[in-house]
Amino acid sequence: MREVAIIGIGQTPVGEHWDKGLRELALEALEAALRDAGVERVDALLVGNMLSGQIEAQEHLGALVADFAGMHGVEAMKVEAACASGAAALRLGYAMVAGGLADRVAVVGVEKMTDASGEQITAALATAADAEYEAVHGLTFTALNALLMRRYMHEHGYRREDFAPFSINAHRNAVHNPYAMLRFPITAEAFASARMIADPITLLDASPVCDGAAAVILCPAEEARAFQERPVRIRASAVATDTVALHDRRDPLWLEAVALSAHRAFQQAGVGPEDIDFFELHDAFTIMAALSLEACGFAPRGRGVALALEGAIFREGQLPIATMGGLKARGHPVGATGLYQIVEAVLQLRGQAGPNQIPHARLGMTQNIGGTGATVITHILEAMD
Amino acid sequence: MHPARAWRGRRQRYVLEGEICEGCGARLFPPRDICPECQRPARTPYPLSGRGEVYSYTVVYEPPVGYEDQVPYVVALVKLEEGPLVSAMLTDALPEEVYIGMPVEMVTRVLHRQGERGVIAYGYKFRPVLRAAVPQAAQPIPATA
Amino acid sequence: MLENGHRIMQPARPVGIVGYGAYVPRYRLPGAEISRLWTGGAEPPPIREKAVPGPDEDVVTMSIEAARNALARAGIPPNRLRAVWVGSESHPYAVKPSGTIVAEAIGATPFVQAGDWEFACKAGTEAMQAAVGLVGSGMADYAMAIGMDTAQGRPGDALEYTAGAGGAAFLIGPAAESLAILEGSLSYVTDTPDFWRRAHARYPEHGGRFTGEPAYFHHITEAARRLMEALGTRPEDYAYAVFHQPNVKFPQKVAAMLGFRPEQIRTGLLVDEIGNTYAGSCLIGLTAILDEAQPGDRILAVSFGSGAGSDAFSFVVAEAIQERRGRAPRTRDYIARRVVIDYATYARYRRKIVMDTEG
Repeated sequence: MREVAIIGIGQTPVGEHWDKGLRELALEALEAALRDAGVERVDALLVGNMLSGQIEAQEHLGALVADFAGMHGVEAMKVEAACASGAAALRLGYAMVAGGLADRVAVVGVEKMTDASGEQITAALATAADAEYEAVHGLTFTALNALLMRRYMHEHGYRREDFAPFSINAHRNAVHNPYAMLRFPITAEAFASARMIADPITLLDASPVCDGAAAVILCPAEEARAFQERPVRIRASAVATDTVALHDRRDPLWLEAVALSAHRAFQQAGVGPEDIDFFELHDAFTIMAALSLEACGFAPRGRGVALALEGAIFREGQLPIATMGGLKARGHPVGATGLYQIVEAVLQLRGQAGPNQIPHARLGMTQNIGGTGATVITHILEAMD
Repeated sequence: MHPARAWRGRRQRYVLEGEICEGCGARLFPPRDICPECQRPARTPYPLSGRGEVYSYTVVYEPPVGYEDQVPYVVALVKLEEGPLVSAMLTDALPEEVYIGMPVEMVTRVLHRQGERGVIAYGYKFRPVLRAAVPQAAQPIPATA
Repeated sequence: MLENGHRIMQPARPVGIVGYGAYVPRYRLPGAEISRLWTGGAEPPPIREKAVPGPDEDVVTMSIEAARNALARAGIPPNRLRAVWVGSESHPYAVKPSGTIVAEAIGATPFVQAGDWEFACKAGTEAMQAAVGLVGSGMADYAMAIGMDTAQGRPGDALEYTAGAGGAAFLIGPAAESLAILEGSLSYVTDTPDFWRRAHARYPEHGGRFTGEPAYFHHITEAARRLMEALGTRPEDYAYAVFHQPNVKFPQKVAAMLGFRPEQIRTGLLVDEIGNTYAGSCLIGLTAILDEAQPGDRILAVSFGSGAGSDAFSFVVAEAIQERRGRAPRTRDYIARRVVIDYATYARYRRKIVMDTEG
């Protein structure tokens, strides 16, 4: 098993790209990443995406993007794991390089969500849930998270307003990220009075519908310095699954796949939660952020929200999260998000995060969650000196 | 929904037919065929009583395709008295009437109509218990009908 | 069989009602709301309020609950039913019987009859006659007959005040197991076009005052008189009587014409509180009676269906009713469960608003 490094990153701004389709977005991110790495040819291309079939009537993205990017004949496949598709694609790219099957792998996550009505997107996102026993009952992805949030509030005595720091922090950081979609700060008052989508989740608890693509180039760590002055090593790559349906979980408020995935990642890297300098977690909803912190061991059970209220999650705190805006404010083009998290972590570890820079960032953690916690993919990245 | 798919799930949807694990006796719903408790086969059909309480709930204001005519609707996680948790809509209850711990019972309602021409999907929802002494569940349906 | 061609029907073996169950949805539209909308409140409503089905209810779902209540009172395994017959004028499908879905949902499939019945407001009692025949002939031990409706009233029409939703299920079986035993029944049918709906029309038409004397009153009085004559019973022999109830006045008048006192029809007269439940109308009055009747009480039930005809039944309540009637919600439990809605909500729930969404 070889060590793997990230030698190039690229991303499109997250937003409503009326003038760009899937292939154009993917190419834009890939070209930027290839240019950043100084690489022209790759051995393989992995495309992370969730909704292309439902929204664009387009599957077969591996071949489609490879061809559009001029990578004729190259090995290419689409990888899908609901909202964790991006990290899933990275995971497989990592495995190819680590296993010696390829020396240069491009991984791109791309998603196009704006070619659909609200009801269509809601129905499409619900395919991450259990079709026969959740979606058929009108449960939406937002509703599932709302069920978690309400139960969590009931068991631990929080109010809806207590979740505000997650969104306030994300927005604050997005202001300084030119690729983020919602680059404006929000206040606690705005959070408290935001429009209800699925009680108690409001517009300001939830990530926006958007388009985007992000890409990385991987190579064996021992070759990295030939391409990149500041390469980043992948210290851990770990996947765990849990029941798709929330009602099948042993304990819905304990994200077991998060715990397993994080634990495996910590073991692979030989580190613990206290060693992590920043955490790009899956804040599709504020409740998901809170539960992720707890299951990873950053906060005791029931104390994820308390950690946020104490300020620990802000850039100045002891565990900064969503340092470039997170899913909430940078945006959540679902199949691409996992790669945005990686790209942002690399920027931090290279010292290129601008006003959002976490001082002395050496070890960063990213976590991408599919569904309500059915697939969890954790990576730990390290700056290579 | 294609009629074959609606038809395939009818026993689960009409009767809350789950499974009982041959190994450890756990009642399972939805049916999973492999018991999550002891990993042994669990293929014996078992209709659950439909009695339970609300574990959590929410009100949906932004529906998926096909559910627009029901907005706003309440969905819940219901803890059945046999143990499993099930996802379903709540019916016959205004959002403000619902609370965690509310006793509920299963009823069979329209889940989904496809316009004026498609097949109608019927299935389980839960409502606040109609009266203190609820009717006894119909006798267990024999496995080979 | 008696002279003059009077045909009372009595089964080859004694049968009765082994289980019964009602269902009424919880929403109520006050007559005053309808009057407000269409007449500015000038017209006094003929009934206080009517039951309205929720958006996720239809004749199938309502029949399932009534049938489950009937099974609970009967205490028999559902796979011993040989028929599940739903009579209605608002079946959700024109082709695909409501009975098939109800039978599946209650566990009566696959060895069962399940075709639908239609005869306006007497579709349920037609099904009951057939169930009596199926069991009474010895072909089956148990059969379920259901009368249930969510009939629509044309907005602004007089019938909109009364077109309500609800009904009841009756599980017919051997007399020895019955809560009420059948003494005999009689049907009286003619071709009388008092009220009808063409195949693709949305709302029914009616003949105004023609629906009274030649239709409702003629058929009910003929069926009731001939049945009582054949049985040798008189109005004073009955503890209760229930007639089809399209409004409050008609059943009160026909009761008086036949010689019944107001007290005899009071328990079964529900129309002022839930409206005319069409195929369920007479039958749900019967369940309300069974909820309180005592062993030995005699009950007369006479339906009326436009088109037109009446089914008359005479029952005697049995001892078993004491122990079994408490096993399911009573008719009054459903009537007491009410949430008042306004006309806009009613129009939405009844899908009277043109949404023009894709099918």
